[in-house]
Amino acid sequence: MSRAIILPEDPDLAAAPAGWVVVAGRALAGPEATAALARAIAPVLRAGDTILLQGQLGAGKSHFARALIRALMGPEGECAEIPSPTFTLVQAYDSAAGEIFHADLYRMGDPGELVELGLDAAMEEAICLIEWPDRIAPDWPATAICLRLETPVGAAERREVTMLAPEGSDLAARCHVAVAA
Amino acid sequence: MPLPLTILGLESSCDDTGAAVLRRDGDRAVILSNVVASQTDLHAAFGGVVPEIAARAHAEKLDIMVEQALAEAGVTLPEIDAVAVTAGPGLIGGVLSGVMAAKGLAMGLGKPLLGVNHLAGHALTPVLTDGMRFPYLMLLVSGGHCQFLRVDGPQEFRRLGGTIDDAPGEAFDKVARLLGLPQPGGPEVERAAKSGDPARFDLPRPLMDRPGCDLSFSGLKTAVLRARDDLVAAQGGLSEQDRADLCAGFQAAVADVLAGKSARALEGQGALTGFAVAGGVAANATFRARLDAVAAAAGLPFVAPPLALCTDNAAMIAFAGLLLHEVGQRDDLTLSARPRWPLDTAAAPLIGSGKKGAKA
Repeated sequence: MSRAIILPEDPDLAAAPAGWVVVAGRALAGPEATAALARAIAPVLRAGDTILLQGQLGAGKSHFARALIRALMGPEGECAEIPSPTFTLVQAYDSAAGEIFHADLYRMGDPGELVELGLDAAMEEAICLIEWPDRIAPDWPATAICLRLETPVGAAERREVTMLAPEGSDLAARCHVAVAA
Repeated sequence: MPLPLTILGLESSCDDTGAAVLRRDGDRAVILSNVVASQTDLHAAFGGVVPEIAARAHAEKLDIMVEQALAEAGVTLPEIDAVAVTAGPGLIGGVLSGVMAAKGLAMGLGKPLLGVNHLAGHALTPVLTDGMRFPYLMLLVSGGHCQFLRVDGPQEFRRLGGTIDDAPGEAFDKVARLLGLPQPGGPEVERAAKSGDPARFDLPRPLMDRPGCDLSFSGLKTAVLRARDDLVAAQGGLSEQDRADLCAGFQAAVADVLAGKSARALEGQGALTGFAVAGGVAANATFRARLDAVAAAAGLPFVAPPLALCTDNAAMIAFAGLLLHEVGQRDDLTLSARPRWPLDTAAAPLIGSGKKGAKA
C-alpha cells in the first residue's frame, strides 16, 4: 500500500453555552429514523422556534431539516424541492405553521452577519433550522434548542441524537416526547 | 437589425461584485469590459469560500467597479444608453445595493433602467458567447444552482428539472473535505480521479431509476463518507490509491447522472438548436466529454461558454438587459430587489423557491 493520507480531523463541535443542559437523547437506527424524528417534532413547532442542528459532514443535519420542512408543508411538501443552503446560506419556505428559514452558517465569516441574513429577526417570527450553529457559539438564542447528531464508532448507519437546551426550555419540553421516545 | 446601444451591467447578488460595459454592434454584442471584485481568494480555514454577505461591502465596491469598467471600456458615463442590474434572486443585501446603485445611475443619466433575473443572465450567456439561437436546452450549474432549462426567448424559460438537494459543485467541495483535499473541490477531485479506478467502489446513481429530470447528489456524498469510514476502520487510514479510486468512483457516478438526465431532458423537446452547459461542470473534462456525447447522440451542437462568463459576472447581466431593452422592457424607480425569483413562473410552484427570503 502506498503512502497513507492524513485525513482532516473533524472540527470540534462547539460546547453548549453555560446554563444549557442535556435534556434527552436516543439512538437512531438509520436515515429513516432521523427523518421520523423530524416528522415527530414538526407538529409541536410554532413561529419563533429555533432548532440548531449540530453534527459533522454527513451526520444528517440537512436530511433532518428536509424531512422537517416537508412535514411542516403538509401534502405539498412530499415532492418539495429543498435545496441545500450551503451556498445560498438561507432558504425560506412558507407553511401553515408559519415561515420556515433553513440556514447553513458553515460559510459565515463573522457572527455579525446573522443580522445581514435576517436571521436575528427570523428567529423571533419564523421557524428556524440552523446548521453549523458552532459558528455563532456561545451566542445561541435562549429560545432555541440544539439537536446534536453523532455517529457511534463503527456504526456508519446509526446516529445518536442529543437534545440540549437552556434549563426550563419550553421548546425542549414540547419536543421531549419525540426525542426521548 | 438592432440599433447600436451601449449598456452598463451591475451584478452583486452573491459573493462577487461586478460591473461590465457591453455594446450592441449589428448582430453582435461586444463585451467592452467585464470586471469582478471577488471574495473567492478569501478561502477560509474551514474549507470553503467565505461569502461577503454584507450589503455595505457590495455598496463600497460597486462604484469602484463601475469606474473601472468604464475606464477599461474607454467609455464615459454620458455615453451609456441604459443600465442593467441583477434584481434577484440572491442574498437580499447584495441585490439591494446593486439595485440602488443602478437606480441612482439611471436617474442621474436620465437613461432606462432594466432589472435582470440573475439566472436569466446565466441562461442567455450562450447567445452572447456563441451566437446561439432559440430554442435551446441549457444545463445551468452555478453556485448553488443546478437545473435544466429550455430557453425559448429572452423572457421565456421552462424549467424541466433540477437538483432536489445539493448542487454538483457543492458535492465536489464536500467530497474533497471528506477526503482531505483542498477547496474548491472540483479541480482537486478531478485531478485525484485521473489515477483512480471508477469501478472499485459501488456508489449509487441517485434518482436515475425515477422518471423526470430531477437530480440528487446528497446521498452520493454520504456514500463516499461511508466508503471512506469503512476503509479507515479496516486498514487504519486511506492510501493515495484509495482516495483516487473514491474520487474516480464519485466522479463517474455524477457523470452518469448528469449524462443520463441530460439525455432525458433532450427527449421530446422537438427542434432545438443545441445543448448548452454553463458552470463549473463544463470545466471538468470527464463531464464535458460525456455531455458532448449526449448532445451528439441527439444530433445537436454542444456549447460550453468560457468559464469566466459562467461564474457570476456583470457582462451576462448587461447582455440580458440588452435583450430585454430590445423587446421593450423598461423599469423605473419602483424596481425592487427580489431574494426569490424563479425563472419559470409558469412551472408548478417549486416549494423550494419560497416566496420570501431573508429580510423580504
